[in-house]
Amino acid sequence: MIPELGHFALILALLLALTQSILPLAGAARNAPAWMAVARPAAQAQFLFVAIAFGCLAYSFLVNDFSVLNVAQHSFSRLPPIYRFTATWGSHEGSLLLWTFILALWTLAVTLFSRHLPDDMVARVIGVMGLVSCGFLLFMLTTSNPFIRLLPAALDGSDLNPMLQDPGMVVHPPILYMGYVGFSIAFAFAIAALISGKLDASWARWSRPWTTAAWVFMTLGIMMGSWWAYYELGWGGWWFWDPTENASLMPWLVGTALIHSLAVTEKRGSFKAWTVFLAIAAFSLSLLGTFLVRSGVLSSVHSFATDPARGLFILGFLAVVIGGSLLLFAFRASQVGLGGRFALVSRESFLMANNILLLTATASVLLGTLYPLFLDALGLGKISVGAPYFNAVFVPLVTPLLFLIGIGPLARWKQANVPELARRLKWGFAASVVVALLLPLTLGAWKPMVSLGYLLALWIVITVAIGVQARLRTGAGWSANFYGMHLAHFGVAVTVIGITMVSAYETERNVRMNEGDTATLQGYTFLFKGTKNLDGPNYKAARGTLEVSRDGKPVTILYPEKRTYSASGMPFTESAIDYGLTRDLYAALGEPLDGGAWSVRLFHKPFVVWIWIGAVLMALGGLLAITDRRYRIASRKKGTEA
Amino acid sequence: MKARHKKLILIAVVVMALGAVAALVLNAFRSNLVFFFTPTQVVKGEAPHDRAFRVGGLVEKGSLRREQDGVTAHFRVTDTAQTLSVTYKGVLPDLFKEGKGVVAEGRLNDSGVFIAEQVLAKHDENYMPPEAASALEQAQKAQKTLVSPQGKQ
Repeated sequence: MIPELGHFALILALLLALTQSILPLAGAARNAPAWMAVARPAAQAQFLFVAIAFGCLAYSFLVNDFSVLNVAQHSFSRLPPIYRFTATWGSHEGSLLLWTFILALWTLAVTLFSRHLPDDMVARVIGVMGLVSCGFLLFMLTTSNPFIRLLPAALDGSDLNPMLQDPGMVVHPPILYMGYVGFSIAFAFAIAALISGKLDASWARWSRPWTTAAWVFMTLGIMMGSWWAYYELGWGGWWFWDPTENASLMPWLVGTALIHSLAVTEKRGSFKAWTVFLAIAAFSLSLLGTFLVRSGVLSSVHSFATDPARGLFILGFLAVVIGGSLLLFAFRASQVGLGGRFALVSRESFLMANNILLLTATASVLLGTLYPLFLDALGLGKISVGAPYFNAVFVPLVTPLLFLIGIGPLARWKQANVPELARRLKWGFAASVVVALLLPLTLGAWKPMVSLGYLLALWIVITVAIGVQARLRTGAGWSANFYGMHLAHFGVAVTVIGITMVSAYETERNVRMNEGDTATLQGYTFLFKGTKNLDGPNYKAARGTLEVSRDGKPVTILYPEKRTYSASGMPFTESAIDYGLTRDLYAALGEPLDGGAWSVRLFHKPFVVWIWIGAVLMALGGLLAITDRRYRIASRKKGTEA
Repeated sequence: MKARHKKLILIAVVVMALGAVAALVLNAFRSNLVFFFTPTQVVKGEAPHDRAFRVGGLVEKGSLRREQDGVTAHFRVTDTAQTLSVTYKGVLPDLFKEGKGVVAEGRLNDSGVFIAEQVLAKHDENYMPPEAASALEQAQKAQKTLVSPQGKQ
């Protein structure tokens, strides 16, 4: 009964989404207030029914209803309740439902926080979001229904993939989806601007907080995915240039370009058409990411069953959304206009360089991700593009980008004073160079990449300090936008230090260990005390004990596990990590060897947590910027006018 | 005139920068492509000796052997027509099993043994790496056309 209710709720949601898009869009075109007024209630009702559908699926998982195919395939009676709940989005169908649910949630947020917007703008934005929702609901109902029954019911489920049985599953997918789907708002605003031909500073001010919010979620989602992969996969890597990671990195890069370009559009009225293009690109790449990850084109932990009908549907949907919006862009961009002029050296030109570099980086990732797929699809052979390509391309592209972080915020709008800039920055630059050259000597081997990494990080930190100090000296008051920007830039520096340190100085050992054996790594001694058998709720495990000491003093005890999941029989490595601000100690069990010995993998990872701390700082910076009074003042003013 | 000059300079700079970037990207791309070969192709000598490539197929049953150090593994990858000896130093992925699909990335040494730098993990028990699946498919096709007449003798 409950699954049928869910199914029915999805059908109703589709009808409501159709209403939500057709009436308001037509109403805005014909200037019919009554039609436009449908937007908000229709979107809210759609949210209600998508939420009901989501709740029904979650309920079926929680009560172990193995007569539902999706539950039987992705859950298990002895799976802990929290993972039964998260298994709701552990399948292709369920993750689409989560996507649609989050889209409805964002739309609901737009209906609630848009009182200050003109009615036709609201109608168009909500209408466009309704169209996107239609696409996803249709996709689910026609090819990927999560409520299909399995008759006769299975006695028990075949369990959730062990890799997904982790607290990361609770937060990573919803947060990342909040980011992916959040760009649909920027997209909807861009389409609304193209249709109406009206794009001014207030348009930028409206879409800015939404875009930044999506970017914040995206940043956190990618950060969590990276951290999860680090501790879960047992390989100690934090970024693999895996196509699924690239699929989330591309919209993030374009989204980063977008929030910078929006700043120009709001402050200076420049970059208008460009901003609209970026908004379309960011959401298109979000959709492309979904296609790549969900259609089974890519094989990885993220992709589920392969089904050509699904791939075809998404491909068609992509063509309609991307092609349609680019077509609209081609016809209407001239109406939106380019915006004001600026000098060769100005904050605008620096931000333009930022945008070009970010887009180039995106293009290089896109090339490396899609080219193998194209070759394969054309039957021209199988190739893979791995980390060496991305590293070779990314470092030279990101280096000038990071360098610009130091200059851009200090340069004036319209026309920057070059001698003044040089005067303010020369000591900071000299200091970063000297420290960056000398610091690696104290860390052991001097390496050029380490110096480069420190140069960029120090340069950012020093210029952030110069910027903040200058503002404090002028006595200007609190500006959430200003401090948010500098906090986010500071976060970039922290991440750069983490990447630099862990890439240059990480060490790894693969050793055979018998009970009582020791292995040393970077001054840490790991004493293997053997393994004990352990029974989990839905798995059996061998749990190893490694006592770690340094100079005879105990540091920590690590308990890496090797699990075998009962339902699937899948073996699984659960690594053990001692986190630290300056180093992580990481241990994973390999395989049991004869005589009670194990192959053990040990890592020493200096500064690796800085990578994620930096990402959190970036997200916090974005969050701070959203709270800027300007956005609220604007809304209050508009509110009294209306 | 001055504004136009500036504009020209700007455009020239952007074009030059993009050209440099394109050169950089394409060069990195060309030198870092990793091609895929089946064991049959490797045995025939079609695989390069001077650069890394990927090989895929099934881990031949009974071929896995470990050295005394516990972390160096030897096994053979087969596409059912030909086999290739592989050596890998490191911990094998969880789902590495004899008789199951595998993809390895590495180089051929002088004696024709494939020294793997990476053995790719599957993510799911029932999942076959696409490269391995295609190696088997190709081998089966080849066997149907070439090997099976001999098989009938």
